[in-house]
Amino acid sequence: MTTTAIPQAGDPAVRPGIEGFLQVKDLRVHFPTDDGVVKSVDGLSFNLERGETLGIVGESGSGKSVTSLSIMGLHAPGTANISGQVTLNGDNLIGASSEHIRRLRGKDMAMIFQDPLSAMHPYYTVGHQIIEAYRVHNNVSKKVARKHAIDMLDRVGIPQPDARVDEYPHQFSGGMRQRAMIAMALSCDPELLIADEPTTALDVTVQAQILDLIRDLQQEFNSAVIIITHDLGVVAELADDILVMYAGRAVEYATAHEIFTAPQHPYTWGLLGSMPRLDRERTERLRPIPGAPPSLINVPSGCPFHPRCAYARLTDGASETLRPEFTEISSRHFLACHLTVQDRQRVWENDIRPSL
Amino acid sequence: MITYIIRRLFAAVGLLLIVSIITFSIFFVVPRIAGGTPETLATRYVGRAATAETVHLTAERLGFYDPMHVQYANWAKGIVLGAEYDYGAGVEKCPAPCLGYSFLTKQPVWPDLLDRAPVTFSLAIGASILWLFAGVSTGVLSALRRGTVFDRGAMGVALAGVSLPIFFTGLVSLAFFSYTLGWTAPGGQFIPFTENPAQWAYSMTLPWITLSFLFSAQYARLTRAGMLETMHEDYIRTARAKGLRERTVVIQHGLRAALTPILTIFGLDVGLLLGGAVLTEKTFSLNGLGKYAVDGIVSQDMPKIMGVTLLAAFFIVIANLIVDLMYAVVDPRVRTQ
Repeated sequence: MTTTAIPQAGDPAVRPGIEGFLQVKDLRVHFPTDDGVVKSVDGLSFNLERGETLGIVGESGSGKSVTSLSIMGLHAPGTANISGQVTLNGDNLIGASSEHIRRLRGKDMAMIFQDPLSAMHPYYTVGHQIIEAYRVHNNVSKKVARKHAIDMLDRVGIPQPDARVDEYPHQFSGGMRQRAMIAMALSCDPELLIADEPTTALDVTVQAQILDLIRDLQQEFNSAVIIITHDLGVVAELADDILVMYAGRAVEYATAHEIFTAPQHPYTWGLLGSMPRLDRERTERLRPIPGAPPSLINVPSGCPFHPRCAYARLTDGASETLRPEFTEISSRHFLACHLTVQDRQRVWENDIRPSL
Repeated sequence: MITYIIRRLFAAVGLLLIVSIITFSIFFVVPRIAGGTPETLATRYVGRAATAETVHLTAERLGFYDPMHVQYANWAKGIVLGAEYDYGAGVEKCPAPCLGYSFLTKQPVWPDLLDRAPVTFSLAIGASILWLFAGVSTGVLSALRRGTVFDRGAMGVALAGVSLPIFFTGLVSLAFFSYTLGWTAPGGQFIPFTENPAQWAYSMTLPWITLSFLFSAQYARLTRAGMLETMHEDYIRTARAKGLRERTVVIQHGLRAALTPILTIFGLDVGLLLGGAVLTEKTFSLNGLGKYAVDGIVSQDMPKIMGVTLLAAFFIVIANLIVDLMYAVVDPRVRTQ
């Protein structure tokens, strides 16, 4: 596994010479509004290789979706100030011409959205929408494209694809619609697939099927996948590595296994604690993270999580004034927290782990 | 789909029936309630100079003593099958669709309507094509250039267009373009299309532009609002994520969806205009259905007014029907319901 988080330029963790397939370096996405600048993403870095899956986890407003839309170049021109570097196969995407990005979209990088009903055009057949996606990047006849669309529908497990290709999105069930969305996203064999909450709008029974499908197709197409979700259960199934975001910044990055067995950040603990578990004995209740996600206009000073952190007082006030560095605390495990190793180990072993 | 069409057809026929009952009631039942007698009605046909005997006889011949529902049935039957009228000067055949005789000219109303219809149709169809293109394209451009000088300018003009009555813009443009500059035909001219298409277009140019200015303004505002809304839909983001060209995204994905409600209004507006564009026809002295109705009102010639009312209702019902069917064509979700 070669996925590596690269925190900030100049950080020792940035190893020169290692060029990731997708490299995000110090990405900042700021939206100027009448009330002030909304810092949706504020200095985010990570790397992703082909065949790897990265899960980006965080609450609403932590900057997950904004990150993915920036990579895809889908922010409306003039609304967002984007800085930093995003390179796909060595091709810098930030600041590239919109025509250049458009040619990459759908072909080299594709996206699956949360709600497949509203994400598909209600007036066009599913087939039409897949054919359109295929033909814009491939100079083929409608007939060939239609054949391809049927193949794609078949591959994502839609029964009778040659009949259903002519149906409209509203004639599909939620799960089938998401399958069709995936078929559309994969129609040009993209190297990077971003799935933004791909199962949130779906029935619980269908969620697992869709996740299985994404995993199978990823292996088949050997593409890099970013799964964006607020649900740790989703990434537990799928992701090789997990990036935990809070207030537009990365707070923890590690392998999925590490995140679930030895998480280090109090926010990650909070996410794990608020996740319902059926495989464990029923404790009294879930423990939600107290408070609400911070305003992205007035991000709390120091560690943005400190107003909600139960262990902030252990840092002697550092968390209120100093922004914690995002550093590699062990191999492939990055963390932005002021707590000492001893404190973290003690809290995890004594307070958190027993209650999960 | 077939059942949908059949259902809509039945609804349309039912609607026309209701309209005819209401029209009949307004013109024949309400005056009776207000104190009118069969004789007062008959007087309209034979004139004030006639003797009471003649009036009574005419009222009897025209069936004005019959109960109201019988009168309605006869009248409605006349529309479908034609009728025979006898108001003293011998029996006259009034072929279907018989909408009655004018009090004044003693001529059946229907041929008159057929005479006037080409004027109104020319006006409505020409203007509607013009405003659909002008309004929708201005609206789309405004939405895409939201907040720019173009948007503000276009919306300012649109506001003026919505606010200014046609008799103002019509008269001003007549004075300027026809009488001062001599570019367009003066008012009161209508050359049928069948006679000379070029002259026809020339004679109608100014009425078209003036009428479509009023409607373009509304359509531009509607289209702009619709586009601003649809361009924020999730499926627009999906279309962009597929790498489609911006033009394709705007026209095939954005406009396609934004156009549906506009099409509905368009159908109804055209239907409404086909029944007579009263103000425009009056302003440009065009002898269309609208002016015919106004003349009827001025001379209290009830059959004329009823004829135009019923015809206008017919057009609106038909337009409604077409719009409903169009909806099924445009929006696949309607088809399967």
